[in-house]
Amino acid sequence: MTLSKKHIVLKTENLSIGYTSKKETNTIASHINIELCKGELVGLVGANGIGKSTLLRTLTDVQPELEGDILLNNKPLKTYSNIQLAKALSLVLTETLSSKNLTVFELVALGRQPYTNWLGSFSNTDIKIIHKSLQLINIEALKDKKCFELSDGQLQKAMIARALAQDTDVIILDEPTTHLDMYHKAYILKLLQKLAKETNKTILFSSHEIELAIQLCDKMVVMTQGQVTSDIPCNLITNGTFERLFPKDLIAFDKKTGSFKVKK
Amino acid sequence: MFYQNKYTLSFIVLGILLIACFFVNISLGSISIPNKVIFNSLFGTVENISWKYIVLDYRLPKAFTSIIVGSGLGISGLMMQTLFRNPLAGPFVLGITSGASLGVAIVTLGTSVFSGVLWGLLASKWSIVIAATLGSFLVLLTVLIVSTKVRDAMAILIIGLMFGSISAAVVNVLSYFSSAEELQQYIFWGFGSLGNLSWYELFILFVIYSIGILISLMSIKSLNSLLLGENYAKSLGLNIKKSRFLIIISTSLLAGTITAFSGPIAFIGLAVPHITRQLFSTSNHKILVPAVFLLGAIIMLICDSIAQLPASDYTLPINAITSLIGAPVVIWLLVRKRKMMF
Repeated sequence: MTLSKKHIVLKTENLSIGYTSKKETNTIASHINIELCKGELVGLVGANGIGKSTLLRTLTDVQPELEGDILLNNKPLKTYSNIQLAKALSLVLTETLSSKNLTVFELVALGRQPYTNWLGSFSNTDIKIIHKSLQLINIEALKDKKCFELSDGQLQKAMIARALAQDTDVIILDEPTTHLDMYHKAYILKLLQKLAKETNKTILFSSHEIELAIQLCDKMVVMTQGQVTSDIPCNLITNGTFERLFPKDLIAFDKKTGSFKVKK
Repeated sequence: MFYQNKYTLSFIVLGILLIACFFVNISLGSISIPNKVIFNSLFGTVENISWKYIVLDYRLPKAFTSIIVGSGLGISGLMMQTLFRNPLAGPFVLGITSGASLGVAIVTLGTSVFSGVLWGLLASKWSIVIAATLGSFLVLLTVLIVSTKVRDAMAILIIGLMFGSISAAVVNVLSYFSSAEELQQYIFWGFGSLGNLSWYELFILFVIYSIGILISLMSIKSLNSLLLGENYAKSLGLNIKKSRFLIIISTSLLAGTITAFSGPIAFIGLAVPHITRQLFSTSNHKILVPAVFLLGAIIMLICDSIAQLPASDYTLPINAITSLIGAPVVIWLLVRKRKMMF
């Protein structure tokens, strides 16, 4: 494998995630060791409630880790200042925008905020990057539309363009394919694959589209009860990781087709 | 800022309108003074001393106060609406004004309740200003602390309303024990007034107002990232706590001092941001802040001109006029555009 020679961008070492309250610690998952390299598209899958969101929240410094380390570009995540982190890591979240009264251009332009001055004025470089992001996502035609005029798929593309304009090494997306139809699910993930290749960014997304992820991802992180496994999809299929994803009473994983079938 | 070009014309029109309203405001009043005399008293010499006095020491400071009050309240309302992500927010709804009223009530009505010599000394113009600022700041701070505990924006509004009724109750208790004279002083303060500021007081108001406006300009960038929601704003490198604090300081400086000097002016803080959003159809604060500034000033000048009831001896409470003029405008805009811009 050439994996070890690649440049590692995001790495966790014996990471434990969960919540702490005054009296007790609620560990959701532990011993998480994942390595994400430059230009990789990585899918994070797991059943509902297994802790995908918690993992993403921990990786993006929204909530503190319980144990272990997260290294972003070989530097502990904790040592990053707000602005430094904003220049290294961008997000696409599931929450809806507070205001949909912005044009797509204004929305994407907000991605440049970590780089602009106190008033948020754009330099020529900023404008160039904004246009390039719109081009890469192929939504230039929409740039003057208001966000409330967009379909769910278009809005998701605009949000990805915004993350792209932030010009970070890592883009993390929390369930980017929810609310989308089958075509647009494939479209968005295919787009992410293209972006990872063309821009050499590391893209990590959580999703329930396991079958699509198997086909498109360079690497997958599978969260099952008590274990977090990370490998290339082929290996995950052969060593039977996907079979452990869900309770076995209803659906079964078919190794040949790489998809789930309902038991008859 | 190439994408702001389409707004240039609107800004020029508003600028001209502001200047026009300013001169119309100065030229109207209970005594009709010929336009030529008004112009001369501003830029030259006039023989009639009392006319000159009226223009220079009454109408001119009043016009400037209107501009400060209109723009300051408009901008603080805009910031509150964005910070709380709620189109119903404003200095008044969130209890800032009631906090200021409570502060003023304690100073004006408290004299007999807490009968002390020291207290009598306190009840000057300046103690009113300080009390109002302090009152509004404390209420806003409390609302903000509560807002970090409850996530629901509606809950915050209800809490603001609760503060309003608590302070109203305290004011009631205080007024029960105070003399008719003190009560009158408080009630007149409650009508709102733009006209009783001397140049010196106007200067003080202007200084504090300028600090508030300056902070609001510094907050434009954070206000824009807050449009995406707090999590996105944080991922864009925004220090949420710091920006929140700055926005609150700016709002309480603006709304608090304005309320202190000119009474609780209703409605402007809520309505002007909405009128501006409807007219400019944008949420970009780089455009909204200057636009709210201009529109707030213009609307306040117009309201004040009407409140003067030109060529009559009466002056209506400015508070009544702002609502009488402003509310129909907001309704009309919402009905005409059918969609609320927020």
